[in-house]
Amino acid sequence: MALDRWIAFIILCVASAYAYAAFFTMDQLLPPFMQRNPIWPSTFPKVLSVLAIFTSLVILLGFEAPPERSAEPEIDHRRLGDYHIYQALALLGLMVAYALLLRPAGFLLSTVGFLSIGGMVLGERKFHILIPVAIFATGIVWYLVDRVLGIFLSPLPYFMQGG
Amino acid sequence: MLEGLLIGLQTALSIQNLLMVIAGCLIGTFIGMLPGLGPMSIIAIMIPVAISMGDPSAALILLAGVYYGAIFGGSTSSILLNAPGVAGTVASSFDGYPMSRQGKAGKALTIAAISSFAGGTIGAILLMIFAPALSSVALLFHSAEYFALMVVGLSAIAAFAGTGQVSKALLMTLVGLIMATVGEGALFNMPRFTMGIMDLQSGFGFITLAMAMFALPEALFLVLKKKEMGGDGGGKIENLRITRKEGRAIAPVIGRQSLQGFFVGVLPGAGATIASFLGYAVERNLATKQEQNEFGKGSVKGLAAPETANNAACTGSFVPLLTLGIPGSGTTAILLGALIALNVTPGPRLMVDEPQVFWAVIMSMFIGNLVLLVLNLPLIPYIAKVLSIPRNYLIPFILFFTLMGAYIGQNNATELLILVGFGICATALKFADYPLAPSLIGFILGRMMEDNFARSMQLYDGMSFIIDRPMTLALLVLAALLVVLPSYRARRAAARAKGVSEGD
Repeated sequence: MALDRWIAFIILCVASAYAYAAFFTMDQLLPPFMQRNPIWPSTFPKVLSVLAIFTSLVILLGFEAPPERSAEPEIDHRRLGDYHIYQALALLGLMVAYALLLRPAGFLLSTVGFLSIGGMVLGERKFHILIPVAIFATGIVWYLVDRVLGIFLSPLPYFMQGG
Repeated sequence: MLEGLLIGLQTALSIQNLLMVIAGCLIGTFIGMLPGLGPMSIIAIMIPVAISMGDPSAALILLAGVYYGAIFGGSTSSILLNAPGVAGTVASSFDGYPMSRQGKAGKALTIAAISSFAGGTIGAILLMIFAPALSSVALLFHSAEYFALMVVGLSAIAAFAGTGQVSKALLMTLVGLIMATVGEGALFNMPRFTMGIMDLQSGFGFITLAMAMFALPEALFLVLKKKEMGGDGGGKIENLRITRKEGRAIAPVIGRQSLQGFFVGVLPGAGATIASFLGYAVERNLATKQEQNEFGKGSVKGLAAPETANNAACTGSFVPLLTLGIPGSGTTAILLGALIALNVTPGPRLMVDEPQVFWAVIMSMFIGNLVLLVLNLPLIPYIAKVLSIPRNYLIPFILFFTLMGAYIGQNNATELLILVGFGICATALKFADYPLAPSLIGFILGRMMEDNFARSMQLYDGMSFIIDRPMTLALLVLAALLVVLPSYRARRAAARAKGVSEGD
C-alpha cells in the first residue's frame, strides 16, 4: 500500500475515534437547558467527522483517479536511505532534547548547545568558528527577546538562578 | 476614500512604521532568497515578533513587508542559481536563469525588480478600488452567508490547491477543521476533545501549527536533500541597466500581467504560484513567433510576466482577507492568525472600525514596493552573499528560530514537543503529496466557521437557513460544484484515455 493510503488509513482511524467521541460521549454531559438549543457542542464535530471519514475512505479505496506523475518528487520517500536521514533524525532528537532542557538548563546554555551540536551533526568541524558564532548569536537573541521585546527567558540553569 | 487615504498615509509614514516596512522587506529578501524557505515559513517565524509589538498596524505592515520581500528574494535566487526559494518564483527561473548564464544577471534582476514594483503598485491601486466596494457588499452578509462563504473558500482552496487530487486537499482541510474544535470554544464554555490534557485546554497554538506545518518540514527537506544549497551567489552582478528597447518590450507585459495577476490572486486557493505560471503561458502565446523562440532562453518578456503576475497576485490575495476575513492562501491565513492574536478581526467591519489598520496596510504596500526597488535592488549584490552561508550554520539556526517562535508565543516547553510531533507528521504528509496549506487555513477558519454556523442555527432554529436564504443556498451549491467538478473531470479524462467513449 502506498504511503498516501497509509496516511489516509491513519486519518480514518483518528476520525473514527473523533466520531465516537462526538456521537457517544459528549451529549450526556450536556445540561438539560442546553439540550433545547438547536445546536449542541457536538453538532459541528459530528458533521466534520462524517465528512472526514467519507473523504479518507475515498482516498483509501482509490475512488479518485490518480493524477499523472509529471515530475519526480522532490524527495522520494521510498529511498529515504539515500538522503541524509540520520542527520535529520539526529536534529529532531536534538530539538526534543532542547525542549526538555530549555527550562532546567536555562536559555543560554541550552541554545549554545543546540546551535553548536546542530552544526556538528551536519558535519561542521571548525569548532573555533562554530562555538563563538553560537555563543554570539545566542547572546543577541536573548538580548532581543528578553530585553527589547520583554518576553522573559530564564537565562541561567535552575541552580544558578538564586531563588 | 480620500479621508481614508490620508489616515493611512499618516499611520504608514510614522517613523516606526517606515522602519517596519524597511525591516520587513530586508528580512523577507534575506530569508526568501534561501532556497527551500517560502514566505509562509518566514512569516510564521516573524509572527511572534510582530505580535509582541502590540500595534496591529505596525505588525501587519511588518508582515506584509516580509511577504513582498520574500517573493522578491525568491526571484533573486531563481535568477542567480536556478533554485527558486519560493514556489511563486519558479516561473521566473525559466528565463531569468538563462539570462544570468549569459552574463546578464544584473539586467535580469533589474527587470525582476521593476516588474515586481509595477505589479505590486498596480495591484495596490486595484486593491484600493475593489476592497471598499467588496466590503460594503459584505456588510449585507448574515452569519449564514458567512458560513456559506467560508465553505466556498475552503472548497475552492481544496479544488485549486490540491496537486490534482481534490480529495487529499479536502481531507487536509477537514483535519484542520477538526483540530480547530480541540479546546474550549467561546460558544459553549466547555472543553472538547482535550482528552483530559491540561495543555490542550486552550486548543492547539496557531503559531506552533504554522511552524510545524511549514517551517519545520522545509528545514528537514533542506537537511535531507543531498544537493548543496550554497554556491557562488552574488559573484558577478553588474550592469543593472536595461535598454530603452527592452523597456518598451516589457511595458505591455507588465500592464497585462498586473491586472491578470491581481484577479488570479483574489480567487481563493489560486495565489502567486498559479498567477506566475499562467502569466508566463499567456504572454508566451501572445508574443510574436520570433519572440516565442526566445522564451526559455532568456527572454525579457518571459521574465517580466511571472514577476509582475506573482507580485500583483500577492496584493490581490489581500482582498478576501481584508474585506471578508477569509484568507485565500496559506500566507494570508497566517496573516489572519496574527491579526486575530492582535485583537483585530479582518472583515467588512475592519474598514469601519479600524480604518487606520486597513489604509495603513495599503499605503505600506506602496512604500514597501518602493523600498524594494530603491533600497533592495542596489543592495542585492551584498544580500546575495547570504547564499554563501554554509548550511551547517544555516540549518541549526532555522530550526532554532522555529523553536523560539513556538516557545515565546506560549512560554511553554510542552509546545515545543507538540511542534516536533506535528512537524514529523507534516513531513510525512509532505512525502505523500498531501497539501499542507489547506489544513492550516481550515484550522484558522474552523472557530469562525463554527461560530457562524451556530449563530445561524440559533436564529433559524435549525437547518432551515440553508433553504430560507437563497444566497446561502447558492454559495453552498457553488462549494459542492467546486469540489465535485475537478474530480469528475479527472475521472472522465482518465476514462477517455482508456478508450471509453463519452456518453452524451
